[in-house]
Amino acid sequence: MAILINKESKIIVQGFTGKIGSFHAEEMIAYGTNVVGGVTPGKGGQKHLDRPVFNTVKEAVKETGADCSILFVPPAFAADSAMEAADAGIKTLVAITDGIPAHDMIKVKRYMRRYKNEERMTMVGPNCAGVISPGKCMLGIMPGHIYKEGNVGVIGRSGTLGYEAAEQMKNLGIGISTSVGIGGDPINGSAFKDHLEKFEHDDDTKVILMIGEIGGPQEAEAAEYAKHNVSKPVIAYIAGLTAPKGKRMGHAGAIVSSKGESAADKVEILEAAGITIAKNPSVIGDTVASVLKSL
Amino acid sequence: MNIHEYQAKEILTKFGVAIPKGGIAYSPENAKDKATELGGDMWVVKAQIHSGARGKAGGIIVCKSHQEVLDAANTLLGKTLVTNQTGPDGLTVQRIYVEEASDIKKEYYLGLVFDRSTESIMVVASSEGGMSIEEIAKEKPESIIRAKVEAAVGMQSFQAREIAFALGLEAKAISRCASAILGCYKAFTTSDATMVEINPLVLTGDDHILALDCKMSFDDNALYRIPQIAELRDKTQEDSKETYAHDRGLNYIALDGDIGNIINGAGLAMASMDMIQLAGGKPANFLDVGGGATPEKFVKAFKLISSDPKVKVILINIFAGINRCDWVAQGIVDALAQITIEQPLVIRLAGTNVDEGMKILKDSNIDYIEASTLEEAANNAVKALKDLENK
Repeated sequence: MAILINKESKIIVQGFTGKIGSFHAEEMIAYGTNVVGGVTPGKGGQKHLDRPVFNTVKEAVKETGADCSILFVPPAFAADSAMEAADAGIKTLVAITDGIPAHDMIKVKRYMRRYKNEERMTMVGPNCAGVISPGKCMLGIMPGHIYKEGNVGVIGRSGTLGYEAAEQMKNLGIGISTSVGIGGDPINGSAFKDHLEKFEHDDDTKVILMIGEIGGPQEAEAAEYAKHNVSKPVIAYIAGLTAPKGKRMGHAGAIVSSKGESAADKVEILEAAGITIAKNPSVIGDTVASVLKSL
Repeated sequence: MNIHEYQAKEILTKFGVAIPKGGIAYSPENAKDKATELGGDMWVVKAQIHSGARGKAGGIIVCKSHQEVLDAANTLLGKTLVTNQTGPDGLTVQRIYVEEASDIKKEYYLGLVFDRSTESIMVVASSEGGMSIEEIAKEKPESIIRAKVEAAVGMQSFQAREIAFALGLEAKAISRCASAILGCYKAFTTSDATMVEINPLVLTGDDHILALDCKMSFDDNALYRIPQIAELRDKTQEDSKETYAHDRGLNYIALDGDIGNIINGAGLAMASMDMIQLAGGKPANFLDVGGGATPEKFVKAFKLISSDPKVKVILINIFAGINRCDWVAQGIVDALAQITIEQPLVIRLAGTNVDEGMKILKDSNIDYIEASTLEEAANNAVKALKDLENK
C-alpha cells in the first residue's frame, strides 16, 4: 500500500526538459519509478529520456493516464503550473520549487478547493524533497538508497534532516512505508495533519514519525488531530531549540512569531497529546526503535 | 524584507490611506528646512530604523520650535537605538522623518498579516492603539477584532465597515476608517506584503483617520516582481554579516556562541545547533550552504565564519544526497587550498559515498577532527573548544 504513491503510480514531470527536471527524472527512473512522460509548453511532440513531451498537463493526462506529477518549474511560474495540474486531474503533486511567493500559494490553496474532496489533488511541498515509498516509487530529489522499505510513515519539513532520520533508521534495520516532505514554506500544499490521516488508514504503516521545526501552527494542529484521530503511535522531533525569536532560519516558514511556535512550546504541545518525543536529532532512530519494540 | 516608516507611508498614500504631512531628512539643517516647509508650530521628529517601539527607546521627539527640531535631529542622527525588536546591538539612525504633529482624539491598532492557520490574509484591529499587539493581547484581549479575508474575492467593503463599527468609531469617521482599512488591504496584496501594521491609527480632533505610524514587511520570494519595493532595501539596517552572506547566496544568521557551523539544509542546520547546545556548547551562527557544495561555496562559507572573532571552532556537517560525499570532501579540500583558517575544524560527512569522501579528507593534508554521527560531531566540537581553553 503505502500512501500517495506506489508501484502503479504513473508519473509526469512538469519542467521535464529543463536541466534540473531532466537530472531528477533520470534519478527517479533509475530508482524504478514509472515516469510516463513530461510537460514543457512549446515542446509537445518531442521525445525526452525516451518518453513523450506534452504541451499541457491535460494532454499528458489524457495520453498517458498519469495520476501523479512532480514540479521543477521556476518560482515565478510554479503556482500556475500547480493549478494546471489540479485542473488536469492529477491526484498527487510534488512541488520541489523553492521560492514561490506566499501570495501565490494562497491562490493555489484556494484554487484546489474548487474540486470535490474525492477529486481534489494532494499537493506536497513546495520547497521540499518530495515523497518516496521505498522499493516502490520515488517522486522527489532524495537519495533513494538511504531509505529502507518498512512500516514507519515519515512526515517532515526538512530535506537533509529527513535524510539524517532515514539513515539512522536504516542503520538500525528500520524501514519506511512512505516518507513525505511537506516543505519549509509558511504556506504549503499539505500539512502534517493531512498525512497523519493518510498514514492512519494505511495498512503498511505501523508507527508515524513527524519531523517538525520552529514556526507556524502546523505541529500543534497535528498534535490536536493525532490526539483524537490517530490510533497508531506517533513520534516527533522538533528542530530549532536554539533558534532565536523573530529570525528566519533558512526556511521561509521557520520563524517564531507568536506563542506556541518555538521548539520548546511545540514539544510541550506534542507531549501533552501523547506523542513520543525524540529528545535530540541523534536519537530519532533509537526513539522509533524503542516505540516499535513496545508494540 | 523590511522598509522604513516613511517609505511605508508613501506606499499607503498611493492606496488612499491618509497620513500626516512630513518629509525625510538626512541632516539637522535638512530637518529644520522640512519643518519650515511643513509650517505649523509643532512637529514630531522620528528616527527611521527598521523597528517598532522606537518611542520607548527615545527615537521619537516632539518639538515646538525650529530650534528644537534642529536639536532633536542632532540627538537622533547617528545614534544607535536599542528597542525590544532590534536585538542588543541596536540599529543606527541615518535618516529622520519630520512630521507635522497631529491632533489625536483616540488611538487604534490596525494590522494585516498572513495567518498561517487559515492560510489567508487576516485583519487584526483593536481600540487600544499605541501598545504593541502583544501587549494588547495580554492586557485587553477582548478588544481584539479579527477578520479573515476570503482569498477568492478579496476584502469586501462590509468587512471593513464591520471592523470600523466594532472599533466604536462615530458615524462621521466610519467610512473614512473603512476606506483606510481597504486601502491597507490593497497595499498588502498589490505589493506582496507579509505584514502591514499601523500602530497607531488615529482619529483626529476633526474626525479624520490618519496612519500615524506604519511598518511594512515584504515576501523575499516576491521581490523579483516588486522592483520598486526591492530597491528600498536599506542594508545599513541589516546585520552586515547576514547581508554579506545573503548577497553570496548563503543563508546565514549570526548568533552569540563560539562554535561556527557550516551545514547543508535548514532543518539539519537547526538540528546541529541544538546538538551543540546539548553537548554543552553554543552555536555562533546558523549557516545553510544548500545543495551543490562546490569549492566556491565552501570558500565563501569559510571566509564568512572564520573571520568572525567569536568563532573558536568550526563544525562542518554535510548530509550528501544527490551531491555525493566525495564531491563535498573535494570541495572542502579545494577550498582550504585557497583559504587558511586558524580555528580547529570538525568534519562530519554522511550519506551518498561517505567512505570515498572520508578517504579524500584522510589522504589530503588538511588538519581536521573526524566525526561520524551528529552527536559525535557536536561532542568533538565542544571538546576542541575545551582543549583550546585549557591550553
